Amino acid sequence: MSDFRKFYDSEEKREVLSVIVVNKDSVLSRIVDLFSARGYNIDSLTVAPVPNTDYSRITIITIGRSRVIDQIVKQLNKLVPVLKVTEHSNVIEKDTVLIKIPLDQNLSDVDVLARAYNGAIQNVTEEAIVISATDEPHRIANLIKVIEKYKPIEIVRSGVVAMER
Amino acid sequence: MINVSISIDYKYNFIFEENTVKITGARMVIEALNEEKTEVVFGYPGGAIMNVYDEIYKQDFFQHILTKHEQAAVHAADAYARSTGKVGVAIVTSGPGFTNAVTGIATAYTDSIPMVIISGQVPTAVIGTDAFQEIDAVGISRSCTKHNFLVNDVKDLPRVLKLAFYLARTGRPGPVHIDLPKDVSANIAEFDYSKNFELPTYKPTTKGNVRQIKNALEHIAKAKRPLLYVGGGAVLSNCYEDIREFVELTKIPVVETLMARGVMRSDSEYLFGMLGMHGEYAANMAMSETDMIICLGARFDDRVTGRLDVFAKKAHVVHVDIDPASIAKIVKPNYPIVGDLAIVMKQILEESQDMTFNDYSSWKDKLTTYQKEHPLRFEEDSDRLKPQWVIKRTGELLGDKALISTDVGQHQMWTAQFYPFNYPRQFMTSGGLGTMGVGLPYAMGVKRANPDKISVNFTGDGSIMMNIQEIITCTQYNLPHINIILNNNYLGMVRQWQTRFYEDRLAETVLETQADFKMLSESMGGVGYKVHTKEEFDKALEDAIASNKTAMIEVIVDRREEVLPMVPNGHALNEMLLLGDK
Repeated sequence: MSDFRKFYDSEEKREVLSVIVVNKDSVLSRIVDLFSARGYNIDSLTVAPVPNTDYSRITIITIGRSRVIDQIVKQLNKLVPVLKVTEHSNVIEKDTVLIKIPLDQNLSDVDVLARAYNGAIQNVTEEAIVISATDEPHRIANLIKVIEKYKPIEIVRSGVVAMER
Repeated sequence: MINVSISIDYKYNFIFEENTVKITGARMVIEALNEEKTEVVFGYPGGAIMNVYDEIYKQDFFQHILTKHEQAAVHAADAYARSTGKVGVAIVTSGPGFTNAVTGIATAYTDSIPMVIISGQVPTAVIGTDAFQEIDAVGISRSCTKHNFLVNDVKDLPRVLKLAFYLARTGRPGPVHIDLPKDVSANIAEFDYSKNFELPTYKPTTKGNVRQIKNALEHIAKAKRPLLYVGGGAVLSNCYEDIREFVELTKIPVVETLMARGVMRSDSEYLFGMLGMHGEYAANMAMSETDMIICLGARFDDRVTGRLDVFAKKAHVVHVDIDPASIAKIVKPNYPIVGDLAIVMKQILEESQDMTFNDYSSWKDKLTTYQKEHPLRFEEDSDRLKPQWVIKRTGELLGDKALISTDVGQHQMWTAQFYPFNYPRQFMTSGGLGTMGVGLPYAMGVKRANPDKISVNFTGDGSIMMNIQEIITCTQYNLPHINIILNNNYLGMVRQWQTRFYEDRLAETVLETQADFKMLSESMGGVGYKVHTKEEFDKALEDAIASNKTAMIEVIVDRREEVLPMVPNGHALNEMLLLGDK
């Protein structure tokens, strides 16, 4: 018999999507509008041109049941400026964070932390230092949690980029 | 800058340079519409679109019909497309011209109707400055068009025009919107419509996967209670003859959606009627008991499935659709087939020729029994006319000679139930969006596309008021049609729900104060009749046709009549309220 009820009750999962799009026709707003109009989640979204082409790559991280993920992929494909949508299963994901910390904090601790997360101190001014780190998204999330102790003034994350292994 | 050595034809704004011809953006619109063999455009002028209207004035390729409201222009173009299968065209100005058109665009989008809508826009230099009559038109239309374009450079316009028509009619059809700034329509560039434009990101699948089709057919052949569930895709892809042939060959029973009325002949022994919230008892029972749904161009709409977790529990599902996103959106099929239904039906017929299908006669007999137990019916009343009788009677008198439009509400469902539709594109109705006010402009667009047919609009006393100004357009352009107003002094469908589910608290649904429809019609060059009895109705219909004018036949009907059967919200498809149920 038809298994579509099972299909309905599936667990929510996290999905990394690469969307290759033509660089025009207000394509980014088409994609964002699609997500908001149909009530899909966006956990992270990054855009950058694909080198030496007229295309851009949009990396989207979304969370949903398999029915929803299936619809997201199909609805994205349906948009006229979308060339290709890839669902990634085995990927390297990287997220970058910039954190500004006041100079009165324990800077050697901060330096050690940054290094532990593949990062370094990038800039020092009279009031603050800026560290950056690039790592897997869950490790970056962890770094942000730990760094709270040092009273960060500002935290900026880049969003996730991904590539199939 | 214009080269001095060129000559200019001031009438057509053609500019000849050595071997090339340069024309204005506005002229490109005219030339493209001509290339696309557009015979009529519905529209309304305004500041930002004046360059295009100036060219419309100069041309004689197509007729322009000036409606009284932009919404009606888009609805009329939509009806033209529904009844012919060609791309409907509407032209409006920027700002309010465009926002008035949005309801029309959304109506066409929800029912996948091929259209091109061209709107004026403020000049590119002032876009973003909140200029007079400026609105972010492409931002608004993005969610209710198949695709849209804001043209920034006249050099891009030939490509955009050609792609707009191509996108509108291919794949899953739909409206395409072009927003044309005033300076772009004034600027000049080369125009070559024969050039093909590549669109590497848009490649709809048209041919079905042969292995999947064979696989599905093998299972259909072995099924005990298969059911063809036919949707609007069968109308849009013009393949009703192949579906009828497949039914003759396999003897599989059929149910139709609202959008598919007419795909089967109304008197076919295999047709068990329309299914869904107001579907026939036999059709809904068929869907509940089938073991093999063969969905042809339908999308398992919530008005069709009823409560989803108990929908068609025993069934395997074959789903044919041109839009991959329609497949597995609501119901996950066992046999998904992406393709143009017209092509897939040819493939199905070819594969079916030397196959042996089960004998489904006992299944069909069972459905016939259901049909006999609970046929579509209404109880006659000696005192007052029943709305269903009016529709049935019109069917008896006009039958295949009439093309039927409706507005939205009770009369729409009664029309779907009781009019004998015998061919596709006979029934124009806003199925997906449910837009009140489409009826009169639909009847107008239908008449323009089919001058030899009788165009009838079944409407209600609520809906008719929403675009009633268009009577005068029909008078001006000689587009006679007949509006049959089933007047119950209520917003009947909402009233029915209030009675059933809100303890009869009739919040804002009582239409006590009404226009005199006869005078209203006459004041705009039409004719009008007020009808209380069967004899009066027959006479009015006859006179209306003979008058060759736009007619309003106001029929005073039983106020409290309900649309039945009815599947209440949140109930399974087989849990219907029938005539006599409380």
